[in-house]
Amino acid sequence: MSNDYIKDFPILQNREYIYFDTAATSQRPVQVMDAITEFYKKDNANPLRGLYEWSIAATEDYENARAKVASFINAKRASEIVFTRNTTESLNLIAYSWGRTNIRKDDEIVVAVSEHHSNILPWQMIARETGAKLVWLECDQAGVYSDEELSAKIGEKTKVVAIAQVSNVLGQPKPVKKIAEMAHKVGAVIVVDGAQSAPHMKVDVQDMDADFFVFSGHKMLGPMGIGVLYAKQELLEAMPPFLTGGEMIEYVTREDATYAEVPHKFEAGTVNAAGAVGLAAAIDYLQQVGFDYIEAREKELTAALLEEMKAIPEVEVYGSEDPAAHCGIVTFNIKDCHPHDVSSILDADHICIRAGHHCAQPLMQYMGVNATCRASLYFYNTLEEVHRFAESLKKVREELGYGS
Amino acid sequence: MDLKQLYREIVNEHNLHPTHKHDLEDANLKLRGVNPSCGDDITLQLKVNDGIIEDGSFNGSGCAVSQASADMMLDLIIGKKEDEAKALADIFMRMIKGEATDEEIESLDEAAALQNVSHMPARVKCVQLGWRTFNEIIKDEAHEHEHNFEKDDDQD
Ligand SMILES: Cc1ncc(COP(=O)(O)O)c(C=O)c1O
Repeated sequence: MSNDYIKDFPILQNREYIYFDTAATSQRPVQVMDAITEFYKKDNANPLRGLYEWSIAATEDYENARAKVASFINAKRASEIVFTRNTTESLNLIAYSWGRTNIRKDDEIVVAVSEHHSNILPWQMIARETGAKLVWLECDQAGVYSDEELSAKIGEKTKVVAIAQVSNVLGQPKPVKKIAEMAHKVGAVIVVDGAQSAPHMKVDVQDMDADFFVFSGHKMLGPMGIGVLYAKQELLEAMPPFLTGGEMIEYVTREDATYAEVPHKFEAGTVNAAGAVGLAAAIDYLQQVGFDYIEAREKELTAALLEEMKAIPEVEVYGSEDPAAHCGIVTFNIKDCHPHDVSSILDADHICIRAGHHCAQPLMQYMGVNATCRASLYFYNTLEEVHRFAESLKKVREELGYGS
Repeated sequence: MDLKQLYREIVNEHNLHPTHKHDLEDANLKLRGVNPSCGDDITLQLKVNDGIIEDGSFNGSGCAVSQASADMMLDLIIGKKEDEAKALADIFMRMIKGEATDEEIESLDEAAALQNVSHMPARVKCVQLGWRTFNEIIKDEAHEHEHNFEKDDDQD
């Protein structure tokens, strides 16, 4: 299987290394790097402030990027896109701004047990502050939330349902459209963490009827330091600002201020225009590759990986039997071997995987493990890499002194 | 020494066949040290009389590096005066930071091999667990409590 895209990724030209940690951050194609450099070379000035040509060009680049993101996730309007630093900041913005205003004592905040800490800690904070209650959605081994579980936990007291479309440990796409419907029926909103879905599948926020949808540029070929918060216009308009200061105002007196319109109300201070431009270039690149290709490729690679791993008796793979349900994420352990040791041995073979709790400790506790290893793939990986990885994996126990 | 060699020649032996991994009936100092994010968890047990570490052991679980490092530390400190052991622990911690002299490192015997780990920031907490627990136990002459060494959590 040839891969026409590898040539675009400078770091992947070193074929000695196998990068299986895309779920932590993806690699970036040269097109994204060039777009960022071009911005600084040609259009750089402080966007939204200056009244001269360069600043206007920078503003245009930034706002074009916003429009591109809006169409990427099929938002109704560009003004529903707020640029942040990353998923974590987007989720904090929602909790601080929307959560503090709308959640009261005895309300229920429904959080999925498979969430990343970024979609747990802000809600813990709101619960502590307001006296609201955290209610946990429990999944099965494969990371699936049953209809019974969903309807048992989402009820009259529910104010918000916080769930990732794809888990960073188990993959497993969630039926967010159905969950949104259940939330809306009881007057709650749904916060969808798209950090692991936006890079791997076509997202349509109108179709899923998400109230909030958040993701990070750096996990989908974009630069670090740019993230997205999508929210329905009426929610954004009613929410108080998160950070205050420059850029987000309309008029300021000594005592008071009126705020700019959305989305600028939520973008205080000098914005990351180069990051937004890089993200727009990443979206162009992804759309040119196409999600059909990405999904097919990930499925092919994951199927091969699961098959090779199953053939190693001491390896336990977590999550679904279905390769497509993994979204490129394969979490596993090797009998008797601590994930940190496994990762160190693989590192010696120039194989990059993640080991630890993956910022999902409640899920780890639920799975009954302290830590796991995680290999995560993307369309720029190859079958040959999968095979080399499996060959290294076979030797890990021996390298750690177990039988041989 | 490359990493696989370090495991093969030193770490594996101490991890799989540790000399000091057991409970110590007549220990008079006991302290639990934990790296909660990865689950490394040991209880260090020492018998100290008149300023001399007469005996010592550890028990617990965790990655090979954390377990082997604790075992090597006990090899080194059992029979030593408290002060000498403290000085060695200090050298070890500085070695991991890359701040110890070659001569100092030599005084650590086999544990000197663990200096390779100083190039691997992700493993520093594992390799230090036993030594940090020792420093704490000596500092507060603490009895039967627990020390959580992780204020700085890792990222994903
Ligand atoms: C599902 C999920 N949510 C949130 C995050 C946090 O993303 P970031 O670190 O970019 O804020 C991650 C990535 O680590 C993730 O996988």
